Amino acid sequence: MDLFLQNIVNALQWGSFYALIALGYSMVYSILMLFNFAHGDIFMVGAYIGFGIATALLGFAAMIGLPLPGWLILILTILFSMFFTSFVGMLIERIGYRPLREAPRASAAITGLMIGIILETGNLALLGARRLSFPALIESATYQFGGIFVTNKKILIVLVSLSLMYVLHLFIQKSKWGMAMRAMSFDFQAVPLMGVSINKIAPLTFAIGSALAAAAGILYGLAYPVLDPYMGVLLGWKAFVAAILGGRGSILGAALAGFLLGFIEIFVAWIFPSTLRDIIAYSIILLILTFRPHGFFGQAHSTQLRL
Amino acid sequence: METKQETPQRAYKNLLARYKAFSNRIPLLGWLCGGIGAVLIEYFLGDLVSYYLGLPKVPVLFGCLIMLKKPILIPGAVGYLLLVYGLPVFFIARALATPANKLAAFLAKGPITIAALVHLGLLYAILHIWTDMSDYRVLVLKLTMIAVMLTLSLNVINGYMGEFSCSHPGFMAIGAYTTSTITLWLFANDKLFGEALLPAAIGPFFFPLALIAGGLVAALGALVIAIPSFRTRGDYLAIISLAFLFIVKSIIENLEFVGGPRGMSSQPNYSNLPMVFIVMVLCIWIINNFVRSTLGKALCAVRDNELAAESMTVNTRKTKMVTFMFGAFWAGVAGGLFAHVLRYVNPGSFGIQRLAEILAMLYFGGLNSVTGSIVGAVSINLLSEALRPLEIFKWIIIPLLLILVMLYRPTGLIAFTEFKPKELMRSKE
Repeated sequence: MDLFLQNIVNALQWGSFYALIALGYSMVYSILMLFNFAHGDIFMVGAYIGFGIATALLGFAAMIGLPLPGWLILILTILFSMFFTSFVGMLIERIGYRPLREAPRASAAITGLMIGIILETGNLALLGARRLSFPALIESATYQFGGIFVTNKKILIVLVSLSLMYVLHLFIQKSKWGMAMRAMSFDFQAVPLMGVSINKIAPLTFAIGSALAAAAGILYGLAYPVLDPYMGVLLGWKAFVAAILGGRGSILGAALAGFLLGFIEIFVAWIFPSTLRDIIAYSIILLILTFRPHGFFGQAHSTQLRL
Repeated sequence: METKQETPQRAYKNLLARYKAFSNRIPLLGWLCGGIGAVLIEYFLGDLVSYYLGLPKVPVLFGCLIMLKKPILIPGAVGYLLLVYGLPVFFIARALATPANKLAAFLAKGPITIAALVHLGLLYAILHIWTDMSDYRVLVLKLTMIAVMLTLSLNVINGYMGEFSCSHPGFMAIGAYTTSTITLWLFANDKLFGEALLPAAIGPFFFPLALIAGGLVAALGALVIAIPSFRTRGDYLAIISLAFLFIVKSIIENLEFVGGPRGMSSQPNYSNLPMVFIVMVLCIWIINNFVRSTLGKALCAVRDNELAAESMTVNTRKTKMVTFMFGAFWAGVAGGLFAHVLRYVNPGSFGIQRLAEILAMLYFGGLNSVTGSIVGAVSINLLSEALRPLEIFKWIIIPLLLILVMLYRPTGLIAFTEFKPKELMRSKE
C-alpha cells in the first residue's frame, strides 16, 4: 500500500512533465491543425535558457554579495525562461509554419522535425557535447507521511505545473485573447473574417505552448539535474503521444492524458520488470486508440484531415 | 547602353541554348557510355591526374571531402572533376550519340525487359568500376541503394496512400533481425546460435530466401498498423505507428536470444554490391508496377477521398492492408540488406533518428513519385557523406536545405510525376 502511494506521487511528478509538454502540442493543434514537432526541442531549449539564467542570477548574487534566497532565484528563472522561450516559439512559427499554412500538413510536420534537429545540433555546436548539470536552487528536504516519502521538489513540481495549468485555463476561458483562441479553434475559416488576425493568434499560441514547455524544462532540470541536447527528443515524442491520446486539440484531454501516460509508465515499471516498460505502456496506448480512435476528448469530425 | 548591359545575359542564354541543343540529342545510353569512359579514365589515370593537380590521392567522393577539409585544394579538385568526370562524359556521350541513338531505337523495337537489362548492365558496370577504387565508396553506395529502397517503400504508404506512417524503422528492424537470425543460425559460427547448421558455401544462394523471410515477417508486423487503419487515419494512425516503433524496439531490447540491447554482430558478408544492386532494381521495378497497377490507382483514390473510393467499389480495407504489408515487406528486405552491409545491428539504430532520416529523404525528393524517391534518397545520402568534414554543422545544413525545399516546393522536389522507363530509354533522334 505504501509502495502504491509512493508510486502515485512519482507518477504525478512524471506525468506533470508530459502534461505540460502535451499542452503545447495540443494548443498549437487546436488552432493550426498541425503538430509542432519541434516542441520537444523547445522543451530542451527552455531548460538550457533556464540553466543560463539560473547560473547568471547565482553569479550576480555572489558578485554583489547579496544572498538571494534559492526560491526567489527559482521563481525568477522560471519566469524569465518562460519569457525568452516564448520568443523562440514565436520565431519558429514565423519562419517555419507561417509560410506553410496552406501547404500539405506533412510538409509542416517535416519542417518542424528539421527545426528540431537544427535546435539540437545548434545547441551541440554552441555548448559542446558535455553535459551540464542544472544548479540545485533549493535544498532538498524529505517529508514522511505514514510510509511514503515525499521530497519538497516533487511537491513543488506538481504544484507549479498544476497552477500553470490553472492559469492557462483561466486565460483561455476568461480573457479576450483566450476567447479569440477558442473561436479560432472552433472555426479556422470564419474567425479571421470577424477581425481576429490569425497572424496574432498563432504566434500567441506558440508562445504560450513554448512557455509551458520551458517551465517543464526547468522543473525537469530540478528533478533530474543533467541537461543534454537530446533530452527533449524522447520526452517530446511521448508527450505527443499523450496529446493525441487526450484527443487532438483538447486542452483538458492533453493534461489528463499526460498524467495518465505518467501513471501508466510508472506503474508498469513497478509491476513488471522495468525493461518491459515501453512494450506494455505502448501496447496499452495502442489498445486504447484501437477502441477509442479519437482519443478521450477528441471529435470524430476531422477524420478527413490528413497529416 | 542597354545592349551592353544585356550582353552577359544574352551570352548566358546562348550558352544555355547551345548546351540544350548539344545534350538533347544524346540518349540515356550515350550518357551511360560516357559514364563508363569517365570511370575507366579514373581507374587507370586517376592517380596520375591527381598527382599533377597536387591532390594527395584520388578524391573519394567527387572531391567534396577534400574541398571541405583543405580549401586550398579546391582548384585542384575542381580541375580533377572536370578532367576526369565532366569533359570525358560530355565528349564520349557526344561522340557516341549517333550509334547510341541507333542502338536505342533498335532496343525500343524489342521487349522493354531487354532494353532495361542493357541499360542496367551499363549502369552496374559504371558503379562497379567506380567502387573498385575504395571500400569507402562501396559502403556509401550500398547504403545509398538501401536508402532508395526504404524511401520508395515509405513513399507507397506516405505518398500514394497518404497516411503518415512513422513505423518504417520498426519494419526495417524486424527485417534486419529476422534475416540476421536466419543467416547466423544456419551459416555462421557465432556465440548466439552456436555452430553453423549448413555449409557456408550455399549461404549466398540462400540469402535471397532469408531476405524474403525477413520481408514477410515485417509484412506480418504491418498488420498491427493496418488493422487499426481501417477505422482511423491521419494523426491517430501516425501515433499508432509511432507506438508500434517504440514497441518493436523495446521487444528487441528484451529478447535475449538476439542479443538484447547489445545487438547482433558478425553477420556473413552476403550483401555484396551486385546483390544490393539487383534487389534495389527489383524493388524499384516492382514498386513502380505496383503504383501504376489498378491497385495503385485505387490507392490514390483512397488517399483523395476514402468515402468516394468506397462508393466507387474500391475495397478500401483490402487496399490499405495490402499497401501496408507491401511497404513493410520492402522495408524488411532493405533492413536485411542493411544488417548484412554493416554486419552489426542493435536496437538503437532503428529509432527516431532513423525515422527522421527516412522522412527527410522522402519529403525532399517528393511524394507520389518513384523518381522523386530515388532523387531524394541519393541526394540526401550523398550530401550527408559529402558534408562529413563539417562534422556537426552537417546536421544544421541538411535540415536547413530541407526547410527551404519545404517552403518553396511543399510536396518535394519532384512530386506527382510518374517514372517512365520507356520514355527514359528512348532514342533522341
